[in-house]
Amino acid sequence: MKDIVRVASGQGFWGDWLEAPRRQVEGGPVDYLMLDYLAEVTMSILQKQKERDPKMGYARDFIGAVESVLPAVVERGVRVIANAGGVNPVACAEAVRAVAAKTGVEDRLKIGVVTGDDLLPALDALIAGGHALANMETGEPLSTVRDRVLSANAYIGSVPIVEALGRGANIVITGRSTDTALTMAPLRYEFGWKSDDWNRLAAGIIAGHIIECGAQCSGGNCLYDWRSIPDLANVGYPIVEARADGTFVVTKHAGTGGRIDVHSVTEQLVYEMGDPHSYITPDVVADFSSIHLEQAGENRVRVFGIQGREATDKLKVSIAYRDGYKAVGSLVYAWPDALEKAQLADRVLRERLDRLGLRFDHILTEFVGASATHGPLAGDAGRDAPEVQFRIGVRSHDRAMVERFTREIVPLVLNGPPSVTGFAAGRPKVEEIVAYWPALIDKTVVQTKVEIL
Amino acid sequence: MRVRLLDIAHARSGDKGDTANVGVIALRPEWYPVLVSHLTRERVAEHFHGVIGGPVERFELPNLGALNFLLHGALDGGGTLSLKTDAQGKVYSTALLRLVLDVPDAEARAVGLPAAA
Repeated sequence: MKDIVRVASGQGFWGDWLEAPRRQVEGGPVDYLMLDYLAEVTMSILQKQKERDPKMGYARDFIGAVESVLPAVVERGVRVIANAGGVNPVACAEAVRAVAAKTGVEDRLKIGVVTGDDLLPALDALIAGGHALANMETGEPLSTVRDRVLSANAYIGSVPIVEALGRGANIVITGRSTDTALTMAPLRYEFGWKSDDWNRLAAGIIAGHIIECGAQCSGGNCLYDWRSIPDLANVGYPIVEARADGTFVVTKHAGTGGRIDVHSVTEQLVYEMGDPHSYITPDVVADFSSIHLEQAGENRVRVFGIQGREATDKLKVSIAYRDGYKAVGSLVYAWPDALEKAQLADRVLRERLDRLGLRFDHILTEFVGASATHGPLAGDAGRDAPEVQFRIGVRSHDRAMVERFTREIVPLVLNGPPSVTGFAAGRPKVEEIVAYWPALIDKTVVQTKVEIL
Repeated sequence: MRVRLLDIAHARSGDKGDTANVGVIALRPEWYPVLVSHLTRERVAEHFHGVIGGPVERFELPNLGALNFLLHGALDGGGTLSLKTDAQGKVYSTALLRLVLDVPDAEARAVGLPAAA
């Protein structure tokens, strides 16, 4: 058994820095490269892509990422774990193999593909079998929106990833794995943590939570003394150096920018937190009130004392469904009296929408530069702003109504208040809303499968 | 003494559906008890009155010197439904740091709190 296992985070979401995966495997020693691609609505976008082309439906950035780290994988034995498979992990694996073939190394890849999270094909049978898949926020059963469902995926845990590693995979591709399982699984595999070793499993989950958003724990988006964070242009993504006892150090490669200290790690720990005593995952319930942090050298934070308890008998399900249309448009008004002009534009536009008989499900105006992000808490600081962006959005289940709205904004340039600009993009585009429906399902009905391709 | 939260804490926020979470972290360990006593659920609810549509929950994390607040009904429906610039609650953190606490002088002096200008 290794004394220390190093898991490097190379991607915090689909759209993250393309340079990061390669920098992580070239910047110093790492055993695993962990890449997180999936946010709540990503699965539905991928489902739409798969409907158009059965070979699509995965995070395509991943193929470039694999290409950039292939030498480290085949020559130095770095293993890659990613939830890039989206709704089509097999097609993702085939694309990885194709890119490896360009340099003739495809035979040196063992690609582990984890499936079974996709509940869409079984959805009607599940509902008929008494699984209401009630919305966790509203309590409504899924049957109320069934005909509009685009995707339904169970969040799966570390078990199938551990199996894939055990069968020798050097690239593991999953669908809707939890972000944290991507980090915990290799630790569980390397250290042989048992399925009821709650404290260590929880430690692996918290290690995953700290690095799952990439540089957001190593100086990125860090408010604490932000001016003094060095060399963000060269920011180092985080690495967990874990030990078998469930303690670990969060660090980054020497010579990189950013900063890892108790402050930057604490900010990431509280990110997207609900009840900190019960961070529920498929493998374990982690208790964030047990976490201890200490500075253990420059850009090194030691994490210890973590406690967990038995997992629940449910899995969370991420369901996406069509829920109408929206559009957001904007114009920019300049000093003097920029805010007052923007406010008049809002009144004029709303009166015109009203006269057209357009009744939206929702309409929202913001004045960017005055109050968009902090609302009335911003006070009257925007009153003398050099410019204010008038930003207005609508939502409706009637696409034609939203379409009509998009045509009413630009005319204000010539027939509304003065000193207006910022309309170069023309009419805003109408977007279909793909809404999120969180639900729970009994663990026993979700059967994951591992294939080595 | 009036004390700006911005001067004694840092924060990060995120989303879960229509709920924003704000983790507020004391800049010094000795200031955490001030947050526990004065940055109450009620005080934060009052601060966000008219800004959020739902209730506020608070959780204590003494091990991290942090409080976690859940602001329900804060994101105009949340996720892809929201029409807000800050649909994912990324900057509710600094909106909370605008809050000014009233701390009894003796308590404030004992832990060296900076007074609001």
